[in-house]
Amino acid sequence: MATIYIDNVPYEVTAGKNLLEACLTLGFDLPYFCWHPAMGSIGACRQCAVKVYRDENDKTGKLFMSCMEQVRDNLHISIADMEAKEFRAHVIGWLMTNHPHDCAVCDEGGSCHLQDMTVMTGHNYRQYRFDKKTYVNQYLGPFLNHEMNRCIQCYRCVRYYKDYAGGKDLDVFAAHNHLYFGRHEDGVLESEFSGNLAEVCPTGVFTDKTLKQHYTRKWDLTTAPSVCHHCSLGCNIVAGERYGSLRNITNRYNGEVNGYFLCDRGRFGYEYVNSLSRIRKSLIRTQLPEATDKYKALQAAASAIKAGRVIGIGSPRASVESNFVLRTLVGENNFHHGVSDVEHDLAELALRILRTGAARTPSLKEVEKADAVFILGEDLTNTAPMLALAVRQSVRQQPLLEQVSKANIPVWQDAAVRALVQTEKGPLFIAASTNTKLDELATATFFDSPDAIARLGFAVAHFIHEESPNVNGLTEQEEALAQQIAMTLLAAENPLIISGTFSGSDRVLRASANIANALCAKEKAAGLVLTLPECNSMGLAMLGGHKLESAFEAVLNGYADTIVILENDLYRRAGTERVKQLFAAAKQVVVLDHLHHATTEQAHILLAAGAFAEADGTLVNNEGRAQRFYQVYPTTEDIQESWRWLFEIGTIVAHDQIIQWESFEDLQKAMAKEIPPLQGVLATAPPADFRMAGQKIPRAPHRFSGRTAMLANINVSEPKPPEDPDNPMTYTMEGYRGQPPSSMIPFFWAPGWNSAQATNKYQQEVGGPLRGGDPGVRLIEPDPIPEEIFSMAVPQNFQPLPDHLFILPLYHIFGSEELSAKSPAVAERIPKPYVAINSDDALRLKLEEGQSLSFSIEGIAYELPVKLNSTIPSGTAGLPIGLPAIAYTELPAWAILNKQIQWKQQHQTTF
Amino acid sequence: MLTTEEKHQIEHEISLVPTRKAACIEALKIVQQNRGWISDSSLAEVAEFVDMSPAELDSVATFYNLIFRRPVGRHVILLCDSISCYVMGYETIRDHLYSTLGIKYGETTEDGRFTLLPNACLGTCDCAPALMIDNDLYRNLTVEQLEEILNKYT
Amino acid sequence: MEKPLTQHIVPSRKPLSLKEYEAVGGYASVRKILQELTPTEVQNLVKDSNLRGRGGAGFNTGLKWSFVPMGPDAPATKYLVANADEMEPGTFKDRVLLEGNPHQLIEGMIVAAYAIQANISYVFLRWAYKLAAKEITRAIAEAYEAGYLGKNIQGSGYNLEMHLHTGVGRYMCGEETALLNALEGKRANPRAKPPFPQVSGLYGKPTIVNNVETLCCLPHIINNGAEWFKGLSRSADAGTKLFGVSGRVKTPGCWELPMGTTIREILEDYAGGMQEGYLFRGLLPGGASTDFLVEEHLDLPMDYGSIQAAGSRMGTGTMIILDDQTCPVGFVHNLQHFFAQESCGFCTPCRDGLPWVERLLLAIDKGEGRPEDMLALEFHTKYLGPGNTFCALAPGAMEPLQSALKYFREDFEQHIVEHHCPWSTVWQPSI
Repeated sequence: MATIYIDNVPYEVTAGKNLLEACLTLGFDLPYFCWHPAMGSIGACRQCAVKVYRDENDKTGKLFMSCMEQVRDNLHISIADMEAKEFRAHVIGWLMTNHPHDCAVCDEGGSCHLQDMTVMTGHNYRQYRFDKKTYVNQYLGPFLNHEMNRCIQCYRCVRYYKDYAGGKDLDVFAAHNHLYFGRHEDGVLESEFSGNLAEVCPTGVFTDKTLKQHYTRKWDLTTAPSVCHHCSLGCNIVAGERYGSLRNITNRYNGEVNGYFLCDRGRFGYEYVNSLSRIRKSLIRTQLPEATDKYKALQAAASAIKAGRVIGIGSPRASVESNFVLRTLVGENNFHHGVSDVEHDLAELALRILRTGAARTPSLKEVEKADAVFILGEDLTNTAPMLALAVRQSVRQQPLLEQVSKANIPVWQDAAVRALVQTEKGPLFIAASTNTKLDELATATFFDSPDAIARLGFAVAHFIHEESPNVNGLTEQEEALAQQIAMTLLAAENPLIISGTFSGSDRVLRASANIANALCAKEKAAGLVLTLPECNSMGLAMLGGHKLESAFEAVLNGYADTIVILENDLYRRAGTERVKQLFAAAKQVVVLDHLHHATTEQAHILLAAGAFAEADGTLVNNEGRAQRFYQVYPTTEDIQESWRWLFEIGTIVAHDQIIQWESFEDLQKAMAKEIPPLQGVLATAPPADFRMAGQKIPRAPHRFSGRTAMLANINVSEPKPPEDPDNPMTYTMEGYRGQPPSSMIPFFWAPGWNSAQATNKYQQEVGGPLRGGDPGVRLIEPDPIPEEIFSMAVPQNFQPLPDHLFILPLYHIFGSEELSAKSPAVAERIPKPYVAINSDDALRLKLEEGQSLSFSIEGIAYELPVKLNSTIPSGTAGLPIGLPAIAYTELPAWAILNKQIQWKQQHQTTF
Repeated sequence: MLTTEEKHQIEHEISLVPTRKAACIEALKIVQQNRGWISDSSLAEVAEFVDMSPAELDSVATFYNLIFRRPVGRHVILLCDSISCYVMGYETIRDHLYSTLGIKYGETTEDGRFTLLPNACLGTCDCAPALMIDNDLYRNLTVEQLEEILNKYT
Repeated sequence: MEKPLTQHIVPSRKPLSLKEYEAVGGYASVRKILQELTPTEVQNLVKDSNLRGRGGAGFNTGLKWSFVPMGPDAPATKYLVANADEMEPGTFKDRVLLEGNPHQLIEGMIVAAYAIQANISYVFLRWAYKLAAKEITRAIAEAYEAGYLGKNIQGSGYNLEMHLHTGVGRYMCGEETALLNALEGKRANPRAKPPFPQVSGLYGKPTIVNNVETLCCLPHIINNGAEWFKGLSRSADAGTKLFGVSGRVKTPGCWELPMGTTIREILEDYAGGMQEGYLFRGLLPGGASTDFLVEEHLDLPMDYGSIQAAGSRMGTGTMIILDDQTCPVGFVHNLQHFFAQESCGFCTPCRDGLPWVERLLLAIDKGEGRPEDMLALEFHTKYLGPGNTFCALAPGAMEPLQSALKYFREDFEQHIVEHHCPWSTVWQPSI
């Protein structure tokens, strides 16, 4: 700690930070632009100037940029000094010389950092009397709008996009006051993290294009804290609504999870909620019209369940609560996971590894601090995007620890750090089936089949700890690489192993676990991150349940005749023929979901479920962190959370357990009691009767306009605002005006801080945890005394088969995930179907790029254009999984090539 | 496509620096020397060769005023407009060039012979006013000399 | 009078070849340091000589070197860069040295590189110096051939590579950290200091950037000693200095003279006084980014301290004369146009403030000035000062402006009151 004097008042602050951070942490309103807590200081905008005095006797002082000054003991500064204030006001004057002053028509208006800072400095009258420059704007794709005229040249966009996120296609052009920030030509921004530009940009240069389709000012949005449903990482989001439609997703700071950023799937994948294919009314297929009201639907479902021999099929994209109620309703023995059996087993294995192994799963924040990383079998950019972004930061860790600290440069001195470190990177090893976007950062890459990856992993583990099994038959190169990786991991302070379920291989998972456990056995603080298929795969695994195949068998063998399917499209979980058989055999099919799909078509009774923004619930992410998401806006009574439908059905059928519950909390308590590992769920959020100063927490800011008039075209009498029985939040602006607990922050706002930058005001220390601690409760911790830590299941090496290709799953951030793919902006980015094959194999098959290849997997025929790939191993091929146009099959799997295709015979040499 | 000779020259520059990127300005100079200016396609070719994205390279290219990202004439006239030449009356030279060539700053004659650009101090202030055409420096200029000077360039 | 730096420079003749240069004592300092002096001794000798940087800032060269990490723990790679990006308007002194005697520069660079134990060196030459480029290229090749560059120089075990890098424009490249970015193939934005280049410079490695004239002094200091060097001067600052004069004088040019020669001597004895029909009004003593001096200052000695005491800076020591037939507003506008164009665009006050100043001056010069424009000019001179901007470009730009507002205020006011330029040569802006 250090004592600094601000306008002669002493304050205790953290030594080593910069002065701007210190002042903001103390609550001073010091304006800034180019500094960003995640990206550090460069001293470009000159907005955060303060007076710094030599000592307590110095009365003149000198202007310094607070972001560039390190806090030191006995530092005397002034924020209120007239000269400093005047300078800060002039900085705004300079920045605004060419700004269009178009706030009224600018999407940023009302959540604009430039507006806030302008007001803060007191720069009210324009002194520049000459004409302004104008720029031509660019088309940047479906996610972002570009309006260069508003630019204040703070360089944040390029620093974020290029330096932080590794983007290649956005930069700053020209010099002096002709700077241009954009692409070198019009076109779709390539980065998977481009959407953050909308929040990184302090004004309206980069704005959310999807919001523009249904624009609403920030102050007119009803918002609630939520959790992203589009992958297993559980990034925290704020979802905003007006007039019953979801308008946007913005980042919800969580120091441990996503920090300040989101991926584009998370930010722009929300629009399926507003889709035309939403199920807005429950349907009973046996009646006409099919659409029915809530009560008839409930009765129908209840009678079906009462009458039948029921099984339930849960979902990894539904909350633990919804899954738990289904499990309770149908009984533990009749509850099946609505995922493929491979996925079921992998998720269970992952859970077991994390519970019984010695290595801890670090949070994303901790991943950033790892100083040696080994990724096995994952294309993180596409399977767990924000984890890829965290790994991108981790490769900076070793140079930061070594060079930068030696040169005595504070890490927040971003430009200086980058000038010193240059292109040097810490160790990162990637073993994957094909090339990934992170390869450019890698110390070494290894492209091979999942079995070969597992073998490499086992070999690494063996080199670290001899009790881990040896691998026979490695090539010299493989052995050398395994040695190198092992030595590097051993040499690191915080080595990290990343793997997951996306290669579809339990061997890869086991090998990863062996490495992590081997490191722990060598007293290394090793981390192990395992990605999982979906947002609540971990929660589902923790709930326990049977495989999907056993559900099929139960119905096909006549043990069950009624199926309740929770938020799930079974055609994405098992082969089409198999699912058809299931539905043919079932007498009654009850489906709860929010979007129409092939499975809802088969429902006899279809219950209109709330999408994530219309529901409360808890998800457990891959880290084992339980996180609460809140309903954003009230729905009509036709739509309600799946858990509520099932709860009400349970009440009607007088289920002995369910009938005792009265509230969402009762349900959660029952769950915690029945499944003790989920006990932590209760601590993720305050109870529904929680009040602050006797008041509820408002979802709308106090400037929310038109509440009493917004429905006046329908009815002039003002209806009573709907109440939310499940949590302590109101749907209006009425309620407690101060800061709510960290798990319930519906929006970031503070007096004078209308933009996302208000986040500063919610943190204990700028850039650190939220006040009261970052939200979420970790449910899984490693076993302090692990037993049988090493798996012995070293696989044989992969052997290609003639006339066959071993099909590996390939994932796409845009397209592979079911829900986001139904959002128009994301849909624009989905790649066309293809099959990726090894370039040498293509030669042998006489195939060129774009020609079609036909093959079949388990009887399902595919005919797809070929994409040549130089990294995918020979004898295998990659099939983009989950893409709307590609039929489901369990992967990896062998494909038989169509008979017309002949492997090219070896050329005969004749003499 | 970069020519073999261009590649050879660029590779030589790359051999003198620690990363391929670090030679990007040299690479642009080499290509501009051959082609007069850096077109979008030249930019993309150079970028690929030095392991940069087109945006990254264009960011560098557009920073420097002597990398031409628009076509120029066969000869580029750089007229010094800095202080000593100002004092010594470079404007008469400029105006004369405007009228003789029928172009202004930033423009190229219709026959593609000359492009006229203003340039910061040429460092020959004791012999102001001055201008450069291609690699040739002309000093102590008077309006009368201009015709003869321009005639040297076809 | 000794003129060590220019003694072998004859403007009409080709520069000395390596053989010729050796014949007149060239490269003796290289042999001397390699045989007799440790790097630290070279540093101390130069520190003692009180050689101050000739690029404009005037920092003690030996002291600057002493911040470079030395010894076994120092990074293996270190760099020396000769700053030959002479682009300060009105400045043409390094050109004389570069075109006139490139071997002297190479010799000085070897001395400097040896002193900090750098093994790679660059000459960062501005693009426009075509002749210099040709001569330096030839001289470097000769030096390699004669074993003054490359591996195991003169059998000493010391290695030094030297490369010529020519720039592609931009005044900013003259700022040492921006120059390093340019050398790295990046945009020539300046870097934050600290860390100083001595610790984290080119490619993040310890680096010294020295001006051409500074480097050219080194062989002579090594050969003749610190006391001799100090004795060359007529003032507290050591050595000789290349002084230049441009503008409406009879014989503009550049001369090597003892440090501390008075402005009047330079103007009258060397530049021949004002041309017929022109009267002296003021001068910028050391390039475009120095404050005006006027009649009352003419007897000041040209050295760092004396000029600073008069409220200006010696800068590069090449003077630009403002005569009575040139409009001071137009003169200052020309300077501000230059600075606005050459701003790198990194920090706000410089990027957006300088074009504002330029527009104000243009308006005033065109007779469209308003009384409040004077206030706007003044707040810029106040707030574009050192420390408020990221580097010294904008503060440098404000120096001639603030002093013009002091010495030629009436001319500015006359423009505004009379709504036209009394010199009526309206400067047309460039595109």
